[in-house]
Amino acid sequence: MDAAALTFLALGLPFAAAVVAPALTRLLGGNAAWLLALAPLAIFAHLAGFIPEVAAGEIVTGGYIWIPSFNVSFSWLIDGLSLTFALLISGIGTLIVLYSGGYLKGHPDQGRFFSFILMFMGSMQGLVVSDSFLMLFVFWELTSITSFLLIGFDHSREAARRAALQALVVTGGGGLALLAGLLILWNISGVTQFSLLLSFGDELKQSPFYLAALLLVLGGAFTKSAQFPFHFWLPNAMEAPTPVSAYLHSATMVKAGVYLLMRLNPVLGGTTEWQVLLPLFGVTTLVAGAALAVRQTDLKMMLAYTTMSSLGLLVMLTGLGLPYAIEAAVLYLVAHALFKGALFMVAGIIDHETGTRDLTKLGGLRSAMPLTFVIALAAALSMGGLPPFFGFLAKEEIYAALSGFDRRSMVFAALTILGNGLMFAVGFAIALKPFLGPKVDTPRHAHEAPVLLWIGPAILAAKGLSIALMSGLVHRFVTSPMASAVAGEPRTVTISLAPHIGVPLLLSVVTLAVGVVLFLNLTRLRAAMAVILADIGWGPDRGFDQFIRGLVRFAVAATRRLQGGRLDNYMTVTFLLVATVMLALPLRYGEFPRAPFFPGDVPLHEFAIMAIAVLGLFAVVLAVDRLTAIVSLGIQGFAVAMLFLLYGAPDLAFTQFMIETLSVVVLALVMTRLRLSPSDHRPLRQKLPDFAIALACGMGFGLFLLRVTGVPFDSTLTDFFNLYSKSIAHGANVVNVIIVDFRGTDTLGEIAVVLVAGLSILSLVRLRAGSLRRGETREIAAADANAKEPV
Amino acid sequence: METWFSLLVTFFFTVAIYLLLSKSIIRVLLGVAILGNAVNLLIFTGGRLTRDVPPVIAEGADVLSGPAANALPQALILTAIVISFSFFAFLLVLAWRAYEDLATDNTDEMRVAEPVNEPAPPLGY
Repeated sequence: MDAAALTFLALGLPFAAAVVAPALTRLLGGNAAWLLALAPLAIFAHLAGFIPEVAAGEIVTGGYIWIPSFNVSFSWLIDGLSLTFALLISGIGTLIVLYSGGYLKGHPDQGRFFSFILMFMGSMQGLVVSDSFLMLFVFWELTSITSFLLIGFDHSREAARRAALQALVVTGGGGLALLAGLLILWNISGVTQFSLLLSFGDELKQSPFYLAALLLVLGGAFTKSAQFPFHFWLPNAMEAPTPVSAYLHSATMVKAGVYLLMRLNPVLGGTTEWQVLLPLFGVTTLVAGAALAVRQTDLKMMLAYTTMSSLGLLVMLTGLGLPYAIEAAVLYLVAHALFKGALFMVAGIIDHETGTRDLTKLGGLRSAMPLTFVIALAAALSMGGLPPFFGFLAKEEIYAALSGFDRRSMVFAALTILGNGLMFAVGFAIALKPFLGPKVDTPRHAHEAPVLLWIGPAILAAKGLSIALMSGLVHRFVTSPMASAVAGEPRTVTISLAPHIGVPLLLSVVTLAVGVVLFLNLTRLRAAMAVILADIGWGPDRGFDQFIRGLVRFAVAATRRLQGGRLDNYMTVTFLLVATVMLALPLRYGEFPRAPFFPGDVPLHEFAIMAIAVLGLFAVVLAVDRLTAIVSLGIQGFAVAMLFLLYGAPDLAFTQFMIETLSVVVLALVMTRLRLSPSDHRPLRQKLPDFAIALACGMGFGLFLLRVTGVPFDSTLTDFFNLYSKSIAHGANVVNVIIVDFRGTDTLGEIAVVLVAGLSILSLVRLRAGSLRRGETREIAAADANAKEPV
Repeated sequence: METWFSLLVTFFFTVAIYLLLSKSIIRVLLGVAILGNAVNLLIFTGGRLTRDVPPVIAEGADVLSGPAANALPQALILTAIVISFSFFAFLLVLAWRAYEDLATDNTDEMRVAEPVNEPAPPLGY
């Protein structure tokens, strides 16, 4: 099998695994995780095979044509950027599946959970390797949908339902903005694939639609990556089980926005708009997130807000446009995925083993959970940016980018130091506070976690250390290709653990000092933040509630107005529209027929029959009793049949005679049972508007017919049937041949309609009989019961 | 002749739509029946009118030559007549059943699917 087919299979594998997951879990329980983890592991192995090629600067593309008429393909693009993302997704995904096996052990819906998380993995995988715009959009929305399912996994709680809906509305809405943005990009460039788009130079940036495209794309990216003020859904998403928080809401999905910005950086980046909007939103998110994290005491909430912070940092770095900024973003992205994933899983372990994740109710766990403590510490060291962890390299590179002496760099450096200091304090609060100090009684008796739980975070924490030690190799095969892809030009990442004195190191030390001071004063800081937030009061989270409430009220009002439940209103609106279309359009385009010419040489009997038809019609309208109405209906029907007969259509005439007879008989049968009067009792002022609408429609159709008969007749089809009905279909009656032969399938459809109508009539009649019988049985039963009582 | 038929079709449509716009279910039904005829006449006239000669190939001939009525609209109308009758019969039984259950023939009072004071949906999640 060739590589393209294998890649295609790899993209589909998570979905296949999602299908079998529930059955497998029913069979093996939590241990199904060991088998299911093979799927992401296989993908990881397959993708790892691309590393040498990509490191050599090649771009691997492949795929299949999907909808050729719209220039849409199912195709992938594997360069340094997408490969790094894909490896993180499948690698961490493997560990998350294992972790879920332990975390949700014995949960009745564990199989469903595996299914959801594997589907999410497949969507995310597809997102980052998509080459075509539409494929990216489809996978983008799929991640929103699977994220909705995962956040709302515990659907019996209202908070989970609300959080799920919120995430779906915010990220799904952003996805629509993204679609519009991508369509504009397509419109400007004429291509639908990133691999082709990336070869465009400054054309996109000079287009008058550049700003519109940029804003729409940012709308998608900022909502997905929880940038202020769209951040509120991310902390609420912590309602999801912890594996979801670790995977979706720190390591992967929320980075989709960052991925998109990085992907488009070569074609959209570098402009003033880009370099103002991204750093501005990024740095606001960085500081706001870190400040909000300090306020929290729930481990997962603290981590959620620091994630928001980190995402802000990544967006800021992507948009800065300073030397080393792209490299710093790449390094920090990898470091963050590792340490934040590990910390979330640690928080989950603590919650799972002690029964609480409130920081104020935890302490002294180091002796009961030594392994977890070590993992937490290693992850926090990386998060704090201390050597010899990978986070240190990332932080050094960030400060290398910000070490300029111009005002812009200095402002951003100061704010970044503040944000990083706050994150440092929060990170160590999570890693130290639960484990040190005197032992605190917890709801559950704490002991070390089972292997399925600790193996994931342990590997991630160890990776944070090992890739820092092997930085040369990592730079060559992962970070340099990725930075080159983001920058759109060759870049080499060189930073290592080797001692280097300079401004970046100085800034790191300052951050460390700020962090330590903040950590020591965390309790006081928390109280101060609580006061500030209480003073602000209203936030986008409350705004969302009001938005949803307003939406429901609006929908109710609109439905009541548009769908009042009165048939004659619906009919009036419908026919008003018909009249408008039939009269206004010809008026607009000058398509009315010329003055009609009424020939006088019409035989008297034809006039007579037409007159009878018209008479029948008016008799139906004016009938006061049932019999007149039925008979008049018959009159107009038979008159039509006569016209068919006179104009060379004997088949039609006979059918019409039969059908009209049947109609009259059936109508008479039903009407006698109904005892209804067919006459109209409404006052004239209600009848007149109806009549005006009807007349307008009728005239519309009449004029339309005049116009049609005024143009030369195209007899191609008729000639065809006349020519071939004998020689091909061996029938002399052309009408019959068309019905049973040339258009035989239509006739089959017609018979089916008649059959279904007959069955429906039968069931309508029988249903009533059935309900009557049941009613009778009930009465009989009741009578029996009464009869038995005296005995 | 098509001009006269156009006038006739105008009458048919006007009457059918006027009946459809009323509130009495029986009048709506009558309107449906007439609307079928109106449309059939429209198609018939659109295919042009030829007097007396049905589209039947003469004995011994292989093709239909010479002036004859247009076969195509006839085939279409033949199908339409049957389908509109099925539809009419179904509506008739439906109206009858609705009258038996709801004891009214006024469409304004038939509010089972869309009740008058339908409660608003809950505002929570």
